[in-house]
Amino acid sequence: MFATFILALRQAGLPVSLTEYLTLLGAMKARVAAYDLDDFYYLSRAALVKDERHLDRFDRIFGEVFRGLERPPGAPEGEIPEEWLRLVAEKVLTPEEMARIEALGGFEALMETLRRRLAEQKGRHQGGSKWIGTGGTSPFGAYGYNPEGVRIGQDGSRHRRAVKVWDRREFRDLDDDVEIGTRNMKIALRRLRRFAREGAATELDMPGTIRSTAHNAGTLDLRLVPERRNAVKVLLLLDIGGSMDDHVRISSELFSAARSEFKHLVHFYFHNCPYERLWRSNRRRRDETVPTAEVLRTYGPDYKLVLVGDASMSPYEITQVGGSVEHWNEEPGRAWLERLTGHFRRSAWLNPVPQDFWGHTPSIGMVGEIMEGRMFPLTLRGLDDMARELVR
Amino acid sequence: MAAFRSTERYVASRDLEVAVNAAIALQRPLLVKGEPGTGKTVLAHEVARALGLPLIEWHIKSTTRAQHGLYEYDAVARLRDGQLGDPRVHDIANYIVRGKLWEAFESPVPVVVLIDEIDKADIEFPNDLLLELDRMQFHVYETRQTVVAKHRPVVIITSNNEKELPDAFLRRCFFHYIRFPDRETMERIVEAHYPGLRKDLVREALDVFFRIREVPGLRKKPATSELLDWLKLLMVEDLPPEALRAKEGKLIIPPLYGALLKNEQDVHLFERLAFLSRRAGA
Repeated sequence: MFATFILALRQAGLPVSLTEYLTLLGAMKARVAAYDLDDFYYLSRAALVKDERHLDRFDRIFGEVFRGLERPPGAPEGEIPEEWLRLVAEKVLTPEEMARIEALGGFEALMETLRRRLAEQKGRHQGGSKWIGTGGTSPFGAYGYNPEGVRIGQDGSRHRRAVKVWDRREFRDLDDDVEIGTRNMKIALRRLRRFAREGAATELDMPGTIRSTAHNAGTLDLRLVPERRNAVKVLLLLDIGGSMDDHVRISSELFSAARSEFKHLVHFYFHNCPYERLWRSNRRRRDETVPTAEVLRTYGPDYKLVLVGDASMSPYEITQVGGSVEHWNEEPGRAWLERLTGHFRRSAWLNPVPQDFWGHTPSIGMVGEIMEGRMFPLTLRGLDDMARELVR
Repeated sequence: MAAFRSTERYVASRDLEVAVNAAIALQRPLLVKGEPGTGKTVLAHEVARALGLPLIEWHIKSTTRAQHGLYEYDAVARLRDGQLGDPRVHDIANYIVRGKLWEAFESPVPVVVLIDEIDKADIEFPNDLLLELDRMQFHVYETRQTVVAKHRPVVIITSNNEKELPDAFLRRCFFHYIRFPDRETMERIVEAHYPGLRKDLVREALDVFFRIREVPGLRKKPATSELLDWLKLLMVEDLPPEALRAKEGKLIIPPLYGALLKNEQDVHLFERLAFLSRRAGA
């Protein structure tokens, strides 16, 4: 009955299976939602979606399928960066202003202009009447007004009435990896846990006790084992200062999540790229540094190395002797990076820069190459992938 | 079986009603997620009340295993009895301790089972319950008996999203995500809990509450349960609504804010913002 709908959902990447489909049909048959489109929407949502991250996508597909509303042909692929559309300074237009705005022409012309502008435009934009952004009167973007406008990523339709429930897209924030907090990070990092029994024997070992009691012909013989503890060891190297200032918040969240999650966590700081010296505390970085060679000697190859940095720097800092912005380095950054990744059996680089922008900075590609592709975005999914890579 | 509706004590949105009724009609478990403090656990109590059925609660901890819900074989007790020569030792059934699910399956009337915070348990926990929740039966290995549910219970499972749940498990459930209530719903919830509370106090309190939720960078946003606690405190202290009123969209530190902000970083952040806002206004 709803096969098209199910197929559309599957095409959008929602893990809907035959079981869910049959469940939905069963519930329809049991008349849980009879003759009411809203109820049907709620029911199909409860039956088909099993993860709040998929709710927004579900709403979109539902809207498309059940209103015959199709994605405009030739609409640009990919999302407009959320940042552009954030409701920062919303411009409320007076009716006179609205009246003054005139339509640009037919729909085809509109889409064509949008495509061209998307290609031209490279930054966030707000207000004005040409570029894509928020609160403006250009035909493209959100929170604006133009009678022939194309709405992109707007939270609620502001100049339209009678919006359906699924069109409100209330679950947008839950989609993918927009929100990330210490708690979520801890969960992702938890994948790194390796349990081992070490230390004093304090727990009753049931199988051991039974085995040795049976061995003693029934005389009780209690056996104890040490408690299970997380034995993973992590060495965290954090980039600090300069271009990392934009990412301070997320880096500090990662740091606090990691610190509470791992008992064996050692951290050092570096600037842009690790060279021959690292430091423990940023306040005393001038006079209290640790030679990187000593770090390599002290922490064994069983430590998991995690570098956190935006890897955005001059390429010379990686390839050239003396390329560092801060001091004269005898060896290029590449040598130290290779030494680090060679020493530790498992290593990875976490990058707070959104993955879509990695291509714009050559040094990110170079570092990624040195890391042999083990560079991950600092998002929940990135953390998860990193954890998988590190425990492999 | 009766359908579930909003009651005067519990305000359920229409989508939640549909999800609960679908779970009841098809006798499948209902998985409920949502921000902490939005009434996930309370839902099970209210469903039980609305249907007039007894509620069996099974609270999950990090050490809970699926087997605990079915039954446990108390080997140590039997071992001790064996050493002391107790005659009970000859019947293994004496050492089978029944779990919550067994209790629910054996019940002569249908029941509502709450499996609270399933994500607290080990990652394999939901997988170990697949068959039991699907067929509502399990086998007791020690006594070679099969326990089959007399009536399929209504199962409500809550999760705080600390772990991903396995696909096979999700496929068998209905799912509902409790969204944070909007202002209107919140007013109904407050009315349901404290009927006849002064309207102006509620209005001012909700103003402050929603403004605090909008403060960027809070680690733990206050939720419904915090709001209700706070209102109760305000009532006990008998504060006038004027005490909550802020001038022209400025932030003020609300009285008794300890009920709303639950960690010291948030309190610091909030105090700093309130200070800045005051200075900007002066």
